[in-house]
Amino acid sequence: MEITPLGDSALLIRVAENFDDTPTGALNRVLAAKRALEAAQIPGVIELAPAYTTVALFCDPVRAIDAGAPIEDVFGWLEQRIQQALKSVAASKAFGADRGRAGDNFPAYNSIEVPVCYDQEFAFDLDEVARNAGVHLKEVVDLHCGADYRVHCVGFTPGFPFLGGLPRQLATPRRDVPRKEIPAGSVAIGGRQTGIYPIKSPGGWNVIGRTPLQLFDPQKDPPVLLRAGDRVRFRSITREEFERATK
Amino acid sequence: MNATAVRAGFLTSVQDLGRAGFREFGVSLGGALDPHALRVANLLAGNDESAAGLEITFGGMRLRFADDRIVVWSGGYFDVRIGSTSLLAGHPALVRAGEEFSIDSPAGGGRAWLAISGGIDVPVVLGSRSGDLRAGFGGIKGRLVRDGEEFPLGENMPRAKVLIEKLRTEKIARWKPPHDWSSPARRSPVLRYLRGADSVRFVESALQHFSSEGFFVSPDSDRMGIRLDGPRLERSEDVDLLSEAVAPGTVQVPPSGKPILLLNDCQTIGGYPKIAHVITVDLPIAAQLSPGDRIRFSEVSIRDAHALLLERERNLEQFRRGLEPHFK
Repeated sequence: MEITPLGDSALLIRVAENFDDTPTGALNRVLAAKRALEAAQIPGVIELAPAYTTVALFCDPVRAIDAGAPIEDVFGWLEQRIQQALKSVAASKAFGADRGRAGDNFPAYNSIEVPVCYDQEFAFDLDEVARNAGVHLKEVVDLHCGADYRVHCVGFTPGFPFLGGLPRQLATPRRDVPRKEIPAGSVAIGGRQTGIYPIKSPGGWNVIGRTPLQLFDPQKDPPVLLRAGDRVRFRSITREEFERATK
Repeated sequence: MNATAVRAGFLTSVQDLGRAGFREFGVSLGGALDPHALRVANLLAGNDESAAGLEITFGGMRLRFADDRIVVWSGGYFDVRIGSTSLLAGHPALVRAGEEFSIDSPAGGGRAWLAISGGIDVPVVLGSRSGDLRAGFGGIKGRLVRDGEEFPLGENMPRAKVLIEKLRTEKIARWKPPHDWSSPARRSPVLRYLRGADSVRFVESALQHFSSEGFFVSPDSDRMGIRLDGPRLERSEDVDLLSEAVAPGTVQVPPSGKPILLLNDCQTIGGYPKIAHVITVDLPIAAQLSPGDRIRFSEVSIRDAHALLLERERNLEQFRRGLEPHFK
């Protein structure tokens, strides 16, 4: 496990060496590490941000110093506590355990079905994805809806889920020139991942449909529909169903 | 009671100390680009240091209040007035109901922070009143302040009321915080940095260029990041990196070889190699940069970065204690 400074107020903890070979293994290690670090309540820690193979630990060095960290080695002091917290994780056989923390607001990772309308009007790049895969449009939809996905990371914009589990055939390079504006709810493919644009934003992924679900709502707790670890399946809906759901 | 932005200025938004705790959901930190300046201004105005104020970019703003308020501003070199009376940075001043507070375009630096006693009382969203302009929430409807816009102020705290009474006649307090706390704009800015973990992914000359040459602030810079023009920073390997956390202060280098210094509204994750991280105490210098400004980078140790941060916080603590007699 490698721990490197991410500036003077954060440490980046690499808990998995490799992502592509075992994405699910990496995800479970990251989630277990995040839980263990939360439970450890290390002084000065502000928040933890997981992504693919890493957990970033954001801290207030002054609070760590007030809690006893030596000024000349604040990060060494934190690293010791991080290693201690993660010892149990490394030893535990429960790496694959698909549970949240006991007593957590979010006791388990959710399984969420995301309805998607793959109608041409919403699917700017469905043709491109089909051509790239060498299949018919309908097969793209069947393949996209036939797979089990997991959220490996949330970022880019608030609530944007990066989903692993895309059938290899559907992997499509990002567009050379990103679009200036992609509508909220757009479901898209970028390289070997698929994702959903929660808010209107620029973007370079290939758009293949649109969901009526709201992925980011700052008035809610948590503000996002999907969190790292959640399981996702897509279900094809008609234009009528889409319109009804957005009413 | 309300305030009215008679003129909103070039780019004005509501900011407090930002919304920590939501990075795992992809929500930016946000908040004042110079949180220290806002904290100092708030304390001088009799507010909690985390009260929401205005971040005013390139000035051009005129404000009126419906009742008496203490105002304190800090930031670049701006010409600020109450009516026709000039107001220097860091001096608490009384603005009476109906009087006009104005802030002109700057002679140096680009941003100012304005604390108003009572604070700006827009709703707290995800733990902060800061406007997230990219995601469109927080602040005033998630957008910039507009001409003629009215916005709510909180009630003056008892300490602010004391100050209002004290300033009835002299109007502008003669005391202020140490100079460099209220005006961090520099003539030849140098940003101190820690080497990034990805610095090994660059050719040796790129690292030399980064630490010895000047870089120019590009016009397409904003609260997300400062884009820099200068020598191309070439990578030694051309691999796609997995996205991982980035933060304000991170200097990332896209394939163009032109570095981007990330600021508070940056994304929570990024996949470009991180050549360096500007230290926390120097981010206020970055917050004053305008297009065309030339900057240099200078490497420091983590130990120095932490010592500087600790010194700043201890000084602020002392300053806070020193203020007490003024509010009694």
